[in-house]
Amino acid sequence: MILVIGIGNPTRGDDAAGLLVARHIREAASPGEVTVTELAGDQLALLDAWTGAREVYLIDAVCSGGTPGTVYRFDAAEPLTAHFWHHGTHTFSLADVIELGRALGRLPGRLHGYGIEGGTFEPGAPLSAEVEAAVQAVTVLLLRELRESSSRAG
Amino acid sequence: MTDISVPALARVEGEGGLEILVRDGQVTEARLDIYEPPRFFEALLRGRRYTEPPDITARICGICPVAYQMSACQAIEDACGVTPPEPVQMLRRLLYCGEWIESHALHIYLLHAPDFLGYESGIHLARDHPDIVHRGLRIKKAGNLLMEAVGGRSVHPVNVRVGGFYRAPDPADLTALIAPLEQARQDAEATVSWVASFDFPDFDRDYEFMSLRHPAEYPITQGRIVSTGGLDITPAEYDDHFTESQVPHSTALHSTLDGRIYLTGPMARYSLNSGRLPGYIQEAARSAGLGPTCTNPFRSIIVRAVELLFACDEAVRLIRSYQPPSPPAIDVQPRGETGYGCTEAPRGLLYHRYTITEDGAVADAKIVPPTSQNQKVIEADLKDFAAPRLNLSHERLTWECEQAVRNYDPCISCATHFLDVRLTPIQGGE
Repeated sequence: MILVIGIGNPTRGDDAAGLLVARHIREAASPGEVTVTELAGDQLALLDAWTGAREVYLIDAVCSGGTPGTVYRFDAAEPLTAHFWHHGTHTFSLADVIELGRALGRLPGRLHGYGIEGGTFEPGAPLSAEVEAAVQAVTVLLLRELRESSSRAG
Repeated sequence: MTDISVPALARVEGEGGLEILVRDGQVTEARLDIYEPPRFFEALLRGRRYTEPPDITARICGICPVAYQMSACQAIEDACGVTPPEPVQMLRRLLYCGEWIESHALHIYLLHAPDFLGYESGIHLARDHPDIVHRGLRIKKAGNLLMEAVGGRSVHPVNVRVGGFYRAPDPADLTALIAPLEQARQDAEATVSWVASFDFPDFDRDYEFMSLRHPAEYPITQGRIVSTGGLDITPAEYDDHFTESQVPHSTALHSTLDGRIYLTGPMARYSLNSGRLPGYIQEAARSAGLGPTCTNPFRSIIVRAVELLFACDEAVRLIRSYQPPSPPAIDVQPRGETGYGCTEAPRGLLYHRYTITEDGAVADAKIVPPTSQNQKVIEADLKDFAAPRLNLSHERLTWECEQAVRNYDPCISCATHFLDVRLTPIQGGE
């Protein structure tokens, strides 16, 4: 099973980027091609969410001081770069959860995905134009990858 | 002493920073700067329908959404002059147990225990002691399952509404949770013993504790507001005694009780209500070295473990006696009144107040979270904690101050792993 997990908070501006990519993938992907889920809040739930999945794509907003809309690719075969170590108000960073999963032997066979640099994370803020464009770009990239992955598996 | 800084906190929301002011080698002030979202939500709520605050305010916190939902429901129902029947109240308490289990397991295992064991983080602890962290995550998972079964999902439950629930859980679905909750109870017993073995600095404080108190229950969803200073009031009297004020260094408001600093949270709940715990849990607390009260904030990890055990025990008890509320929610019609709600979030008392118009619009909202209430006491404790430690290296002082901040499990727990501790000499400083 290929699993796509969009992560974010829908009420905090560009933090919704991962959720929006997941929704676009759900609408565009062929039935049975991929399972799409959204995660808002406790990122530790990832450890359970990806249990049993052969391949997992994660999409999350990042806040590393870069230009809003910048897209970062990651593969959890290697420790994540500094872009992915930011912390939310109460939750662990994406990199924290991946490293915890690695320490506990609870990572899926293949774990990779995209980070989208956000500009504003204020409560109630709208998605910025730069991040909206990045959401569209990542959706296109991810759909292409998913189809290539499906054809390899098939 | 010159300014010292550590790598800055990634300021997604500008969560946390601690500034320690030093004059002539003495700590004169400790300032904790934390982010507090309720102010924005109070404005957002004005003009919304009276049925909406439980869902909207659940978004304030990813760890304690149930607390926001429960305090909101209670306040709105109070304004509307209704009280849901006992089966609804019991189901709310069960859902709340799930949140306590999730929150306390997370804080004990992944945020606080690493401090005592000399690990940089829960990840480092997991590398050396995976079985221990697996145990913590297993407990947390039991809380997640409870949240899903009662709340509809494990974060931001969707089954809660003013008047009760959208749907009463099937008894068989709850009975299926007894096995994982029994396992969690055993794991929680082991947790109490485990954390009791940690070394704790001597740091007993003279706190005024404040929490809910209920005639029969260990307080979670209801009760009067009491304190060790003699306070004993209803939630409707909250604003007569508690005052919030702005301070320049923080986006959060600071709260006082009749002008005094006070502490809310597990230590306060336990110290005011330990006699309400089941006998075997009181015995477990005694075996872990706790008396009927706890005044050393570093030992709050033991109190949290005892509450974790209680929440698992209480959840099993509530499931065994579960009667599906029928209907799952009572009808609640708006009326032009103000209502008040107080429940015990994992971190302490959470106050909501709503004024509703005759046609059901929210005219005014006030939300006071526990972290805001504890800010003054955290700063007072840090000032006294740091004073005899100025001779430590910056790294060591930062480590110990981070640990001290985590004693209170503030909503910046994760961020304070990178707490930006600044030692600032003021005029005349060394």
